[in-house]
Amino acid sequence: MNLFAIIAIYKFEMARTFRTLLQSIVSPVISTALYFVVFGSAIGSRMEQIENIEYGSFIVPGLIMLTVLMQSVSNASFAIYFPKFLGTIYEVLSAPVSYIEIIVGFVGAAATKSFIIGIIILMTATLFVDVQIKYPLIMLCFLAMTCISFSLFGFILGIWAKDFEQLNLVPMLILTPLVFLGGSFYSIEMLPPVWQQITLFNPVVYLISGLRWSFFGTADVSIHYSLFAIGLFTIICITIIAWIFQSGYRLRD
Amino acid sequence: MSPIISIKNLTKTYENGFKALDDLSLEIEEGEILALLGPNGAGKTTLISAVCGLLSVPKNKIIVGGFDVAKDYRNSRSLIGLVPQEITIEPFETVKNAVSFTRGLFGKPADTVFIEQLLKDLSLYDKRDHKNMMLSGGMKRRVMIAKALSHKPKVLFLDEPTAGVDVDLRKDMWDVVARLRMSGVTVILTTHYIEEAEEIADRIGVINKGKLLLVEGKNELMQRMGSKNLTIELRKPVSKIPASLSNYKLELSNDGMRLNYLYDVRAQKTGIIDLLLELKKASFKIRDLQTSQSSLEEIFVNLVKD
Repeated sequence: MNLFAIIAIYKFEMARTFRTLLQSIVSPVISTALYFVVFGSAIGSRMEQIENIEYGSFIVPGLIMLTVLMQSVSNASFAIYFPKFLGTIYEVLSAPVSYIEIIVGFVGAAATKSFIIGIIILMTATLFVDVQIKYPLIMLCFLAMTCISFSLFGFILGIWAKDFEQLNLVPMLILTPLVFLGGSFYSIEMLPPVWQQITLFNPVVYLISGLRWSFFGTADVSIHYSLFAIGLFTIICITIIAWIFQSGYRLRD
Repeated sequence: MSPIISIKNLTKTYENGFKALDDLSLEIEEGEILALLGPNGAGKTTLISAVCGLLSVPKNKIIVGGFDVAKDYRNSRSLIGLVPQEITIEPFETVKNAVSFTRGLFGKPADTVFIEQLLKDLSLYDKRDHKNMMLSGGMKRRVMIAKALSHKPKVLFLDEPTAGVDVDLRKDMWDVVARLRMSGVTVILTTHYIEEAEEIADRIGVINKGKLLLVEGKNELMQRMGSKNLTIELRKPVSKIPASLSNYKLELSNDGMRLNYLYDVRAQKTGIIDLLLELKKASFKIRDLQTSQSSLEEIFVNLVKD
């Protein structure tokens, strides 16, 4: 194993975060703080409790998931797309590194960034609402699994994208609607029965529900389904990436 | 001694059907400097990309240092440093970090002393904490060379290293290549500048349309394929070449003071003595004689035009 290569990629990517601290960390924290002000305080004060949980507290897992999913995808996709765009990807492709080492370096850094942001948002939330975490260890594990799996997804996007428009296409047109309709701000039980059934086809429902379960011990779907969903998604992403490197898709002619 | 790079019957056809390499075979000896000449689109960069792992290649086609680039990519790539044609460099990173990053990619632990010495050798030490985007084009190219040398490769590929750089930097690059040769590094460079190949290469390879037209020692090539020109300076101008000299390929200069005689060095009889005797018979007064070898550029143009 080329451990030095993994460390080099990881450090290089983390250095990018610290170079762009405002964009990487401060910006999502401010956005989330605004969500808490608007949904938590302004609107939340007029909302009823959901499953005996104050609305402001109820949306905390959803808001963490909202930011973490978007950040994981954008961090990882940008991390691999930018060297492609600049042409510096030649270095990685001509180095004695396996695709697993490349993934661990790039995806590890992207997942670390989004995990840190997730924790910062959680800490920010405590400034606005009362946050109790019933299963903190499971919450951290679930958050980490989400960061890793969606960073893998972002990595695939970054390789697939031929330009910046394509890079933003999937997060904007697919991921954002899925996250907003995945129960970030509401329980799916609040929907009409037909829409409850349709919502179950949205994979993000299982992620938000899983994280919410770790906070409150109750959720829209069973934690087992949530764990299965995140595990399946991770395996699918790894399989696609393995194929990409073996075939050279959009990396090697 | 086995060659450090061995390429056997390599063909590369892109998805659009363009055949960039056509049954190309080449062996490169350790420690030599090989210049690959060829017009645009000849296949030079494709060849380099194939050896360096930037293209998918079949097994048993390219061996580097005894390792198959397709089967044993870790060992083969560890031996290679690559400076691509385009200046591609992370703009927001510092020089020192960028070079250290490449060293790490190639599986080498951090070595501040070596990296600093490398930057000194390439006149980059003063710029070590500058961001790459603050550097001039020439400096950026030096950074790319530093990156390629950061893991002490045995083989260095320089894809048109002096394209678009000024004369001073080009000379600096040649010095760098000369120092690398002294340290035993095998250098393969592609270039459009014939003078560059003439100046620094041990052997010349000429590629056109994906085929390797020849690979030969620079001196042997110029000797074998070169023609020579004999310039005969006259004491008095002449208005035309007499009919008695019509058997010789002679050209008269505009001022009538010089005769140019082109002859083939490979021929058993160059005809120089007979020509001089004929000139004496025709009462030409000779002031001086000069010979000059045809340049590599002329040889190259002759090869690729066929």
